[in-house]
Amino acid sequence: MVTTTVQERAWAAAAAVPDPEVPVLSIEDLGVLRSVDVADDGSAHVTITPTYSGCPAMDTIRADVVTALREAGFPEVTVELVLSPAWTTDWMSEAGKERLRDYGIAPPQPRGPGGVVPLQLSLRCPQCGSPDTHELSRFGSTSCKSLWVCDACREPFDHFKTI
Amino acid sequence: MSEVQAVTDLRATTAAYTLALADDALVMAQRMGEWVSRAPQIEEDVALANIGLDLLGQARSLLTHAGSLMDPPRTEDDLAYWRDEREFRNVQLVERSWGEPERDFGVVMVRLLVLSTYQHELYGALVHSSDDVLAAVAAKAVKEVDYHQDHARMWVLRLGDGTPESHARTLAALEREWPYVDELFDDAHLTPELVAAGVAVDPGSLRDAVDRRVRAVLAEATLTEPEVGPAVTGGRRGVHTEQMGYLLAEMQHLARSHPGATW
Repeated sequence: MVTTTVQERAWAAAAAVPDPEVPVLSIEDLGVLRSVDVADDGSAHVTITPTYSGCPAMDTIRADVVTALREAGFPEVTVELVLSPAWTTDWMSEAGKERLRDYGIAPPQPRGPGGVVPLQLSLRCPQCGSPDTHELSRFGSTSCKSLWVCDACREPFDHFKTI
Repeated sequence: MSEVQAVTDLRATTAAYTLALADDALVMAQRMGEWVSRAPQIEEDVALANIGLDLLGQARSLLTHAGSLMDPPRTEDDLAYWRDEREFRNVQLVERSWGEPERDFGVVMVRLLVLSTYQHELYGALVHSSDDVLAAVAAKAVKEVDYHQDHARMWVLRLGDGTPESHARTLAALEREWPYVDELFDDAHLTPELVAAGVAVDPGSLRDAVDRRVRAVLAEATLTEPEVGPAVTGGRRGVHTEQMGYLLAEMQHLARSHPGATW
């Protein structure tokens, strides 16, 4: 049986990998990192889950996880992509949401009971804090974002869509 | 039939069923890509590319699963790039061009409305599949196609209930796409055993819900359902339109020019 500290060290190494498209978030903040297991022979097995089916960042994340674990002293690493249970923005950490706002991206809202996505009437502008904003485009620079604009400070901003 | 034979048959029929769903998503994704830099607004360039990307992601998961059930196993790239036209099992709805001689934005929104409504009902049911991978792919895809359906619905409302020009062109798009709706409910790509085993969803069981939802959008958009009969199709059996060959030539050209290349 491998000691807890080794497991924790492996988790910490994988958890520190930044999301390549939103580098202010780690893959742990995002809820993309699902598990890290170190076997008795010292090999590490990591499971990750995509945000969207077509997320093009998964290959980079996979490679970055392998590199991070090798640097932390785990030469044998396997990374498995799991689809179930399906990723939801509810898995994003509160610290992650705070960092997202500081970075200029409006974070996702909590989902309602039974996973119901609430109707998005307005968002607070991450730049000036005004609720006077509107959606400009339902699709943004990546699958996980939509594009909004603030009517108070006139700045456009990204919103991490709630799913 | 021996138990071993029954298990083998179930694997083969699950692969064939999964392949048809994968091909719908793959071919629609390829068609969507044609709009990049050609949509009427930059926001739509981004939207249609993102929708295509979601569909491509779904196709990749489904192709990988189908390939893993085949004997010998095949990869997603084997299936996407090295099958010929008659081996594809997508419906003809998704393979046809966006309009002749010019692409029409009304056609893309009408087709997306029909396809995404069907896929939403399909994946909504498939989340309960006894095949764990199909259930997992469906649980992700159902959220994505819901967003696509919402996008298409809003555009069909805006175009149908818009100017006389946009109304007339959306109506023409509807008449162009409508004969190909029927094929979505064809069941040539699955066996009754697959439905009985809880792996597949009988497409016929989705028809009422799809019809009801599409008709509700058309009524709100002041569009009337065209009085045209179904086209003679056969995509689920590998029979495709002339345009499919051109689509595959473009999609498969690079991989076939450099056999064994990796990326």
